[in-house]
Amino acid sequence: MYVEGLEMKRKKASESYCLGIESTADDFSVGISTFNGKILANTISVYMPEEGGIHPREAARHHAEVANKVLEEAFTKSGIKPENLSAIAFSQGPGLGPCLRTGATVARALASYLKVPLVGVNHCIAHIEIGKLKTGAEDPATLYVSGGNTIVAAFDSGRYRVFGETLDIALGNCLDVFAREAGLRQRVGMPFGAIVEKLAMKGEKLIPLPYTVKGMDTSFSGLLTAAVNLLKKGEYRLEDLCYSLQETTFSMVTEVTERALAHTEKKEVLLTGGVAANKRLQSMIKAIAEEHDADFCAVPSEFAIDNGAMIAWTGALAHMHGIVTPIEKSFVRLRWRLEEVEVPWIRESCCS
Amino acid sequence: MDKRKLLLLIKKGAEASLYLAEWHGRKVIMKKRLPKEYRPSRLDEQIRTYRTIHEPQLMHEAKKAGVATPTIFLVDLKDATIVMEFIEGTQVKQMLGKLSKGERQLLCLKIGELIGRLHEYGIVHGDLTTSNMILNLEEKIFFVDFGLGEKTKELEARGVDLHLMKRALQSTHFRFTEECFEAVIEGYSKVVGSEAVKAVLDKVSEIEKRGRYVAARRIE
Repeated sequence: MYVEGLEMKRKKASESYCLGIESTADDFSVGISTFNGKILANTISVYMPEEGGIHPREAARHHAEVANKVLEEAFTKSGIKPENLSAIAFSQGPGLGPCLRTGATVARALASYLKVPLVGVNHCIAHIEIGKLKTGAEDPATLYVSGGNTIVAAFDSGRYRVFGETLDIALGNCLDVFAREAGLRQRVGMPFGAIVEKLAMKGEKLIPLPYTVKGMDTSFSGLLTAAVNLLKKGEYRLEDLCYSLQETTFSMVTEVTERALAHTEKKEVLLTGGVAANKRLQSMIKAIAEEHDADFCAVPSEFAIDNGAMIAWTGALAHMHGIVTPIEKSFVRLRWRLEEVEVPWIRESCCS
Repeated sequence: MDKRKLLLLIKKGAEASLYLAEWHGRKVIMKKRLPKEYRPSRLDEQIRTYRTIHEPQLMHEAKKAGVATPTIFLVDLKDATIVMEFIEGTQVKQMLGKLSKGERQLLCLKIGELIGRLHEYGIVHGDLTTSNMILNLEEKIFFVDFGLGEKTKELEARGVDLHLMKRALQSTHFRFTEECFEAVIEGYSKVVGSEAVKAVLDKVSEIEKRGRYVAARRIE
């Protein structure tokens, strides 16, 4: 595999490097990937609010403060020098405006200073591509579940198509808000999702909660309200509530994933995004994959949460297929939908 | 006694398996909602029982609304199984792309009319996709798979129903999403009238804007 570098000479893919910056929400992360998919660095700093959810401006301030340090760590870890880079990729959307803009500013500065091309990457597509890279999946039906997204997607004719998604809030958001309402505290290495998962393991009683599936779409807002009301009543153990919340919401996304799998007849199921780290959800998706003779692929946890490596790798893929984002067109896209993006790096022949 | 013979698994769907079977000398479809090991048994039982009771009721009601559905022969709650008429024909999903533009629009117009009739009668289908519509040999359209349906006249439910139809066209028939959806709406408005159509389309766009990352919500 060879690529055209800006240096006007052909370079080996394994010796071309793309640096990726991820800053859509509460994480600022930098990854470095070769053009043939070897991840050389993936460094991160997480913004943890004292209380409440992510305050976009506060998160952006955090990103600006740590950018230098996270970048340096990535260079040290990978042993790559800035002048060795062939492209700078950044998460261009969807996400929180102030956070995205901070990452984009760092990316623009680096690209102009190093005189290398800039590549804007769609955050959702990056989650799918890193999942494929790390698990070897080629053409999966994907369940992408995180704090900001709940999407069932699959590739068809040049783009990823959305088969189902949440009609209101994201699954990860539902779990996070519930955890906050319960007065739980997250810390580095132990996000809300992991805390709820741990509590749920000690749950035994299934408390009825609204189960809302509409075709391949889901809805979590009513369920969240019901769960929070039960919590405030104080009649149930928190462990049982966490268990019921997980079992009900996970059953919903598993049902729609199975529906998409039956509909698309894909032979692989990929689980990606922050909530993909949950072992219970993994076991449910694995069960339906097996039932449909499809391979189950779960992205490793390091690459499940928002990470720079996925931006670097997707940027490399895009750049190898001629995609460059001129600086004057590198404005961030807060509501950039997955199916708006052409993905020329997937050959039609591999995926019908 | 029951003379059911399992013949052939013809479709393994998300929540049920469809078997082509023989029942008292008749070719039938047996829709079996098999237990799902992945979810807690109490939730599993609730979902399967509820849908097995509900689906045949709605299919029967749909007939009264003037929408063809397979005739129900037997409902076996214990096994969460429905025995129904086998409709010989083709799924709309498989043929839509093979039609000429004119034929495609005519078919979508007809589909829109049928959705309109369901809604007028107070039924929402709950999973309007082109895989859930069958064109039989006499070119009559049958609606199937009412498992996620509801008896309701709420505007919200109707809006979600049409939103799902649009989503199905976008994901599966992306080459002709617009022409198809326009034809569906044209047929729909023939039944419900232009005022009701406006209300439900406003609802559809409201539902879409409620979702995450919707371009229409952009302020630029």
